[in-house]
Amino acid sequence: MATTETMTLNMGPQHPSTHGVLRLVLELDGEVIVKVTPHIGYLHRGIEKLSEHRTYHQILPLTDRLDYLAPMSNNLGYILAVEKLMDVQVPERAETIRIIMAELTRLQSHLVWIACHALDIGAMTVFIYAFRERETIMEIYELISGARMTSNFFRVGGLSQDVPDEFVKKVSDFIDVMPGYLDQYEGLLTTNPIWLKRTVGNGFISAEDAIDLGLTGPALRGSGVDWDLRRDNPYGGYEKYQFKVPVGEKCDTFDRYKVRLVEMREACKIVRQGLDRLKPGPVLADYPQVCYPPKENVYNSIEGLIHHFKIASEGFPAPEGEVYQGVEAPKGELGFYIVSDGGNKPQRFRIRPPSFVNLQSIEKMSLGTMIADLVAVIGTLDIVLGEIDR
Amino acid sequence: MAENNRAVLKLKEKFASSIIDVVEFRGEVTVTVKKDSIIDVLMFLKQSLQYNLLTDLTAVDYLGKKEDRFMMVYQLYSIPNKDCVRIKTPVSEADCSIPTATQVWRTANWLERETYDLFGITFDQHPDLRRILMTDDWVGHPLRKDYPLQGPDREPYKGRLS
Repeated sequence: MATTETMTLNMGPQHPSTHGVLRLVLELDGEVIVKVTPHIGYLHRGIEKLSEHRTYHQILPLTDRLDYLAPMSNNLGYILAVEKLMDVQVPERAETIRIIMAELTRLQSHLVWIACHALDIGAMTVFIYAFRERETIMEIYELISGARMTSNFFRVGGLSQDVPDEFVKKVSDFIDVMPGYLDQYEGLLTTNPIWLKRTVGNGFISAEDAIDLGLTGPALRGSGVDWDLRRDNPYGGYEKYQFKVPVGEKCDTFDRYKVRLVEMREACKIVRQGLDRLKPGPVLADYPQVCYPPKENVYNSIEGLIHHFKIASEGFPAPEGEVYQGVEAPKGELGFYIVSDGGNKPQRFRIRPPSFVNLQSIEKMSLGTMIADLVAVIGTLDIVLGEIDR
Repeated sequence: MAENNRAVLKLKEKFASSIIDVVEFRGEVTVTVKKDSIIDVLMFLKQSLQYNLLTDLTAVDYLGKKEDRFMMVYQLYSIPNKDCVRIKTPVSEADCSIPTATQVWRTANWLERETYDLFGITFDQHPDLRRILMTDDWVGHPLRKDYPLQGPDREPYKGRLS
């Protein structure tokens, strides 16, 4: 009588296809997965705790470091939460630039996703191509904020500064060529038999399970749930834009791939609409109790300098209360929950990270599949450990 | 207005004696209920009012500010109706435990583990209550207000020097 027993195998935290420092303890029956136990926390920096000891303006740079592949989406979610708490109205130009940048960020995040996802499955060309396009977005980041990744460009009440004149041309040129590049990726993948073999039917999760497990973003839409915060609970001016929300049918990795690709095309259209709406005007709200003064005032008048100094060091007191603001970040619903006790620092600062909640369904999606398919599941979930561990 | 919110109307009808407080701030409705009826309230909201997505679950530490030290916070969202409601329930330090919400949503599993890890609130009947972000042998719960920012064995944080 032959007996079989399962084997326990450790995967990560230093593993190229776990997208950072994710460790999975696998229980295997041959090559088939019986149990997956994720271990996270290797990148825990205590951002929530740190934020409770900083003023509202000082928290902003920390949010860049959550999902470091989509810094402006994090900035947007955070400042929208603070603006809701303080009841600040943002000038139209600032609102439009924010949406342009948020959508470019979505493109950037999805480019990294398609690059790494394809590389994990074995399609190396796509990786090089997608990183080439991502470089252009990084250059736009650098142009407006001076930094390629930790941009820290938005401010409560608007933007840190207006965009330079080249901005519109640079973004416009990029948006013109991007759909062609997307066709290129699709040409490499969508009908590629190896890609189809690896993704069709892989990582199945039904709509009910997806909602029960709290999946959000493209991963939820891939399971056929037609829900997008930008359309259904518009924030930051999204109600003025027209775009389609792609929905999958077969709840598998291939459908999530298609959803994200359509999302990239729609992001290009939103950026185009944003560029058309862009008109000259102020980029910072005139709300001196909360917002920084315009830079000309800081450099040219003592009152402006004192104002800047006061806002930067002391911050502003927020009214007692609590707000939650969720935004449709590239990876799902990113939420910021701020409880204020009336002081200049939050009593409680909570980040609802989409990747953390999405990662929970890895077990559901990979049970009974092969180890190689688990790699595809990690790719399709599109996780970033900076956001999971905070 | 908070009084016309569909969740508030139904909850007042069904759980009148359990509701402690209803607040509206910046258009967001928060209902505070008693701890012993929290699972019934959540189950009712999910099954009868279609609040099918548990967006977030966390806690707030009100050390020295409120009678009951902790406040559990549940952010619910209804995908069919596209609206949300926040349910809160106080948890005292002496009886620092609450029934688990994993029986209502499976999402609650990791979120409750995180709350346990960082606040030290235990969840009764939780299927897998282990630390999640901190290491297994960690002592203390970092997000508690009496936990020093710099860590337990270093000089306390005195504010920014610049």
